[in-house]
Amino acid sequence: MALRDERVTLAHGGGGKAMRDLIEEVFTSVFQPDAMEDQARLVSEALCEPGARLAMTTDGFVVDPVEFPGGDIGKIAVCGTVNDLAVGGAKPLWLSAAFIIEEGTEIALLRRIVASMQAEAEKAGVRIVTGDTKVVGRGSADKVFITTSGVGVIPPGRDMAATKVRPGDVAIVNGVLGDHGAAIMAARGDMALSAEIPSDCAGLGHLMQAVLAAAPDARACRDATRGGLASALNEIAEAAGVGIEIEETALPLRPEVKGVCEILGLDPLYLANEGTLVVFVPEDQAEAALAAMKTVPEGAGATVIGKATDGPKGRVTMRTLFGGGRIVDMLVGEQLPRIC
Amino acid sequence: MKYAEEFRDPKAAKALLARIQDVVTEIGATKDKPVHIMEVCGGHTHAIFRYGLDKLTPEGLEFIHGPGCPVCVLPMSRVDECVELAEQEGVIFCTFGDAMRVPGTRKSLMQAKADGCDIRMVYSPLDALELARRNPDRQVVFFGLGFETTTPSTALSIQQAAREGLENFSVFCNHIVVPPPIKALLDDPHMVLDGFVGPGHVSMVIGIHPYDFIAQDYGKPIVVAGFEPLDLLQSVLMVLEQIRDGRAEVENQYARIVPEHGNPVSLAAIEDVYEMRPSFEWRGLGEIDSSGLRIREKYAAYDAEAKFGIGYGAGARVVKEPEGCACGAVMTGRMKPVQCPQFGLGCTPEMPLGALMVSSEGACAAYYQYGGARAAEPAE
Amino acid sequence: MCLGIPGQIVEITDAARMMAMAEVSGVRREVNVACIAGADLNEAVGKWALIHVGFAMSEIDEAEAAETLEALRHLGEAQEELEAMAAGQAALEDAR
Repeated sequence: MALRDERVTLAHGGGGKAMRDLIEEVFTSVFQPDAMEDQARLVSEALCEPGARLAMTTDGFVVDPVEFPGGDIGKIAVCGTVNDLAVGGAKPLWLSAAFIIEEGTEIALLRRIVASMQAEAEKAGVRIVTGDTKVVGRGSADKVFITTSGVGVIPPGRDMAATKVRPGDVAIVNGVLGDHGAAIMAARGDMALSAEIPSDCAGLGHLMQAVLAAAPDARACRDATRGGLASALNEIAEAAGVGIEIEETALPLRPEVKGVCEILGLDPLYLANEGTLVVFVPEDQAEAALAAMKTVPEGAGATVIGKATDGPKGRVTMRTLFGGGRIVDMLVGEQLPRIC
Repeated sequence: MKYAEEFRDPKAAKALLARIQDVVTEIGATKDKPVHIMEVCGGHTHAIFRYGLDKLTPEGLEFIHGPGCPVCVLPMSRVDECVELAEQEGVIFCTFGDAMRVPGTRKSLMQAKADGCDIRMVYSPLDALELARRNPDRQVVFFGLGFETTTPSTALSIQQAAREGLENFSVFCNHIVVPPPIKALLDDPHMVLDGFVGPGHVSMVIGIHPYDFIAQDYGKPIVVAGFEPLDLLQSVLMVLEQIRDGRAEVENQYARIVPEHGNPVSLAAIEDVYEMRPSFEWRGLGEIDSSGLRIREKYAAYDAEAKFGIGYGAGARVVKEPEGCACGAVMTGRMKPVQCPQFGLGCTPEMPLGALMVSSEGACAAYYQYGGARAAEPAE
Repeated sequence: MCLGIPGQIVEITDAARMMAMAEVSGVRREVNVACIAGADLNEAVGKWALIHVGFAMSEIDEAEAAETLEALRHLGEAQEELEAMAAGQAALEDAR
């Protein structure tokens, strides 16, 4: 063990021996890339099939706190990118990971983050094949920022897109809404709330494979991350030029999330999720898609929440408890806790 | 959720809506000649739109959205003063999230935070007290905002600070009271109100009798109401029944929370810490006599206005409303949000011109967010 | 104005400062109970109160709550009967 330091120093970003020690002991010993080259060299049989397409995505991850109930920034960095591939109908294969590390960050923390990335990657059936580290001065980053890029393969004949949603299509979510947003808010401690809400952070690759096997004509899917379900639905409604109507009584919510929302005056429709998606499928495949979701752990709480309509284009509405209607608009700025 | 979800039962809502329809018919109110009920409180405005009640109640009933949103009636000059306080050396400025986006003439608190001020969003004045304990070398200023509901919380916090001798804690007091603006509205010759739904959480502090003048002097019914949808509908029905029967009384629909005479501990704390200002400026309504509170001399050490020499008494403070902003007219019910020429054009939740578009309790924000009323579309 | 939510006081956390833990739908937050506490602070435990900005502002009167609910329930039932009657009437007329 050449790495004796407890905390990251600027030397670990200097390009010399200290950096090599950090990379080898903390990162590559866990991720185990094929070779220590500057690029990963990859072969995929799936990609050789005529008509198959490569899918690629990238995402930067910043979370405060970096460790929270139900996950940490590493888990999110893998799940988030896996999910961005999966919701487009791709089978996720490879990830890259770039770390911006703040001087003074505990190396033990980095190890925990890396371990949870590797565990999540194995679960999702993807490999972390290349990466990078940089160290910045204290205060120039908040412990660690991670950027992951992901590559996957979309099999021939599959073409999911928000534009393909048609009136009558059924909207299904795989589980409860708002857990991640509420969990982070509680974990951050600014509002001094304590609640046992674990983040819903989860990879959804297997779930999507199950859905697509059962509902091959699934039109479009979005993971409801920042901006929550409301933003995902608005994006789809706008792209497809359809209306979307959801039922307030059908929305799955954990009681504690409801509690946080009531106390702070927040709307759970806008809370972030990290393991929740909404998929639109043709009506005649809805039942099969729902049943398929329930066969995987991430879909145990799957439920139909509404449908696409020929109502006003691009507009999402919610039928309230009493049958009244209200618009569910895009989030403006950031959702702030309120007393009024 | 006990004591909340039971009051959201759709079956009972349906029954209440049917009764409301009946009584509106008995009164003879129609779309062209509606009965006007003001929900004074912004919380009620929010609930009306949140649950889509405006679309379920009969056309002959029109809600006028009242001035009971402390953020909406906050004059721009006070936002400027908040920013000025936040800019003081060593200050941690604490506020409820509601006030973050309200535009001042220079900037909002959100912008001031981006510019480097130490501004913290808190859930409670107690959290500001805790910050003061933990940061003895900093000055923690709490933005005391709100009606009688919120006033006891800052009063009790100031008393607590005094007990602990926490010298680095102060409150920028913007507490206001509900009855005077209602009186101002009733004195307005253009006003066409037939009755009021009263703010329940204000009355849990002050009781129901401060509204006696509405019934006795102005002959208008008022029902103090809870905030769950069934509370609201039942209260509207009670107001309508009073109108139909030619009664004008102060009724209490929210008796599970609202004691007739309010909460003695809260009232004592308010009395101990605060006194009435001769007058206070309300956005859209102007200066109203005896409508705002200030911190008493004996607690001057905890009064941010006195401590930093900012605010009332620190010289003339004339701030004009932004050009084209009609918040005042909307607030007094003279104009519907969608009738404002700036609505959805020069004034949106992204780029608010006036406070009514900022607060989620503001009538304009509610119309925009939940009503789907956009400038490009025909007004509802 | 004035977001408030019913919560139950579950334990006293700091008697000198009149602080207690309140629970709302599984979420806990320390609140000040000065407004609802009697002479014995411990009596506040178990009480339901309206929580606003970290203060238990008013104790919930369970009898009043039950009464309001009962009235609302009656209304709901009466409405259902009316609707059932109307539906029966309509079915009769359809049959004719």
